[in-house]
Amino acid sequence: MTAEAAPMNRPRVGLLTSIKRLADRYLLMTYTSLAVIYLLLPVAVIILFSFNDPIGRRNFVWQRFSLDAWLNPLGVPGLGESVWLSLVIAFVSTLFATMIGTLMALALVRYEFRGKSLTNSLIFLPMATPEIVMGASLLTLFVSIGNPPFFPLNIVTILIAHILFNISYVVVTVRARLVGFPRHLEEAAMDLGANEWVTFWRVTFPLILPGIVAAALLAFSLSIDDFVITNFSAGQTQTFPMFIYAQARVGVPVQVYVIGSIIFLVAVISVGLTTLAGRRQSSG
Amino acid sequence: MADVAVRLVQLTKRFGGDAVGRRAAKYVPGANADEGFLAVDHIDLEVRDGEFFSLLGPSGCGKTTTLRMVGGFEQPTDGRIELQGEDVTWLPAYQRNVNTVFQNYALFPHLTIYENVAFGLRRKKVADADVRKRVTEMLELVELPGYERRKPAQISGGQAQRVALARALVNRPAVLLLDEPLGALDLKLRKQMQVELKRIQQEVGITFVYVTHDQEEAMTMSDRIAVMHKGRYEQLGDPEALYERPKTRFVAGFLGVSNLLSVDSDGTSGDFAAFKLGDGTACRVPSALVAGRKGKIALGVRPEKIRLTEPGKDIPDSFNRLTGTIAHASYLGVSTQYIVALPDGHRVTVFEQNVARATKAELWATGEAVVLSWQPDHSFIVEEAGDNVDAPGIDALEAVGVQ
Ligand SMILES: Nc1ncnc2c1ncn2[C@@H]1O[C@H](COP(=O)(O)OP(=O)(O)OP(=O)(O)O)[C@@H](O)[C@H]1O
Ligand SMILES: [Mg+2]
Repeated sequence: MTAEAAPMNRPRVGLLTSIKRLADRYLLMTYTSLAVIYLLLPVAVIILFSFNDPIGRRNFVWQRFSLDAWLNPLGVPGLGESVWLSLVIAFVSTLFATMIGTLMALALVRYEFRGKSLTNSLIFLPMATPEIVMGASLLTLFVSIGNPPFFPLNIVTILIAHILFNISYVVVTVRARLVGFPRHLEEAAMDLGANEWVTFWRVTFPLILPGIVAAALLAFSLSIDDFVITNFSAGQTQTFPMFIYAQARVGVPVQVYVIGSIIFLVAVISVGLTTLAGRRQSSG
Repeated sequence: MADVAVRLVQLTKRFGGDAVGRRAAKYVPGANADEGFLAVDHIDLEVRDGEFFSLLGPSGCGKTTTLRMVGGFEQPTDGRIELQGEDVTWLPAYQRNVNTVFQNYALFPHLTIYENVAFGLRRKKVADADVRKRVTEMLELVELPGYERRKPAQISGGQAQRVALARALVNRPAVLLLDEPLGALDLKLRKQMQVELKRIQQEVGITFVYVTHDQEEAMTMSDRIAVMHKGRYEQLGDPEALYERPKTRFVAGFLGVSNLLSVDSDGTSGDFAAFKLGDGTACRVPSALVAGRKGKIALGVRPEKIRLTEPGKDIPDSFNRLTGTIAHASYLGVSTQYIVALPDGHRVTVFEQNVARATKAELWATGEAVVLSWQPDHSFIVEEAGDNVDAPGIDALEAVGVQ
């Protein structure tokens, strides 16, 4: 620690270094902001245009601020029914897919059986198949099963289709949670006098619940906005995405933007809540 | 029957393999069966009521598998398990009156310490007031009062260990199974917990079956120890008997350091059996030690039982004696370890207490000629069983590394 040594502590800043420092500070931030804007722009437009008061039926040009659509969100003939139908389908298909998928994931992770690895790979098939192919094949299936009059295409066929593709997502999500599951916790529970049933509800279930909730959220959002497969299996029934598609030809009513914004908000809130719950659980 | 807490009868566990193929191989000569892996090999064992019993053995010898079969987590391939006279071989874990302390503690991360400890009582539908009383008592016993509301992630490893113990003991099981419960703790804490565990066991009076690969740990705490090797136990006894009179090469090498000398029998004279070493030196051991031993045997003596003297000095006539030269000396504080080379190439380890020396003023120096002597009844005899050749190294130089 001599006197001459002191200035050495601050090396002279070369041009390259200062450029690098500037880049470090601003480039990453700029890049990230641009990416986020890119991701959020469509959503922002939807929310913005849900407050528009368009001239005629085309809600493409900003006219002026209005709360009309928000005050009467279902004020378009057919919209209420289709939203309700989509919610019912999403709810029921999520329920069934989550139950079936969770049990499947448990079986796939916990037990050894003939054809296990085959099942493990087949489970990806519904996800890998292009929706349009899946839809067409489902339609063929439904139509070929019944003699004329054909297997009626209605909410039941839509549910069958939705549960079908949702199961895969649930299995994959829950399985991921189960793979790292410490089995000795279950042994400890049994050791302390809990039978299989009690062990599942007291130990296994609470610990994989975050995985199940994530799977259910995923299934719900996949179901509520599915268009392609639904379109093939719906017959005369009209879900919310189908309603929008039908309307798009003549102009999408502002109310659709309102419903879209609401769905977005609900999604954000539920993701937020799940994250919070997960954080609470992990921190103890 | 009440004095036997656990009885294992011909208990066997084979992992993997092909059961059908094995059965076929029994009847069809030459049929090739996948034998799988024999982890536990026809063990007969009785654990007494109220004792601290240890299963001691090297990694992979089948300790955990044996314990897991008693706990009900693994099904035996063959044999029987009795708990206090009752056959529990096919009962599920939750119907056995045993509890386990797992090596990794296995505390429920989503429950508080209080609920973790109360878990077993709640399953038995014990009344709330009772649960509170017993959990509180138990947390006091393991010296963790005031931790009730924490979650397992918020306590230390040693504390988690105590909670796991409390969680098992609060159910007042007939037998407590512990699988290397101190394995994850640092040395100091481990020593402390060993004393703790012994105290708690004596306080609650429950039978402990303790699994460890640490011989010192087993010796410190156990009333009796079974030394396991390759799916069987080679010797069972109290720590002193195991140390002073190991019966096999493996036990002699696994518990402490020992010197084993190959000998040939030279008949018996009175109370003593005589032997000859390779170079013709005569040795004697009490004939009781040899009674019933078949086949080739080796004579053993523990390093601290050997006295070193200068050639020509007086040694009681009854003592066994060998001559050699100091090949290596290491000062260890409490004692000094010498490696003595015998003329026939054998190397013998000797520990000499670092006290006022009776026989010689200074430490021995490398190259000095010495006489080794010991009392005949400080010897032990091990069988040179064929499959024990891979017993842990008893080579003297390896022993230096162990220190
Ligand atoms: N599920 C299993 N499948 C196949 N082999 C197994 C299985 N569990 C244990 N083994 C084998 O059985 C043998 C005994 O295992 P075990 O766990 O009882 O050993 P251990 O004495 O507890 O050893 P450690 O001190 O390392 O814990 C080992 O060789 C192990 O590889
Ligand atoms: Mg083990």
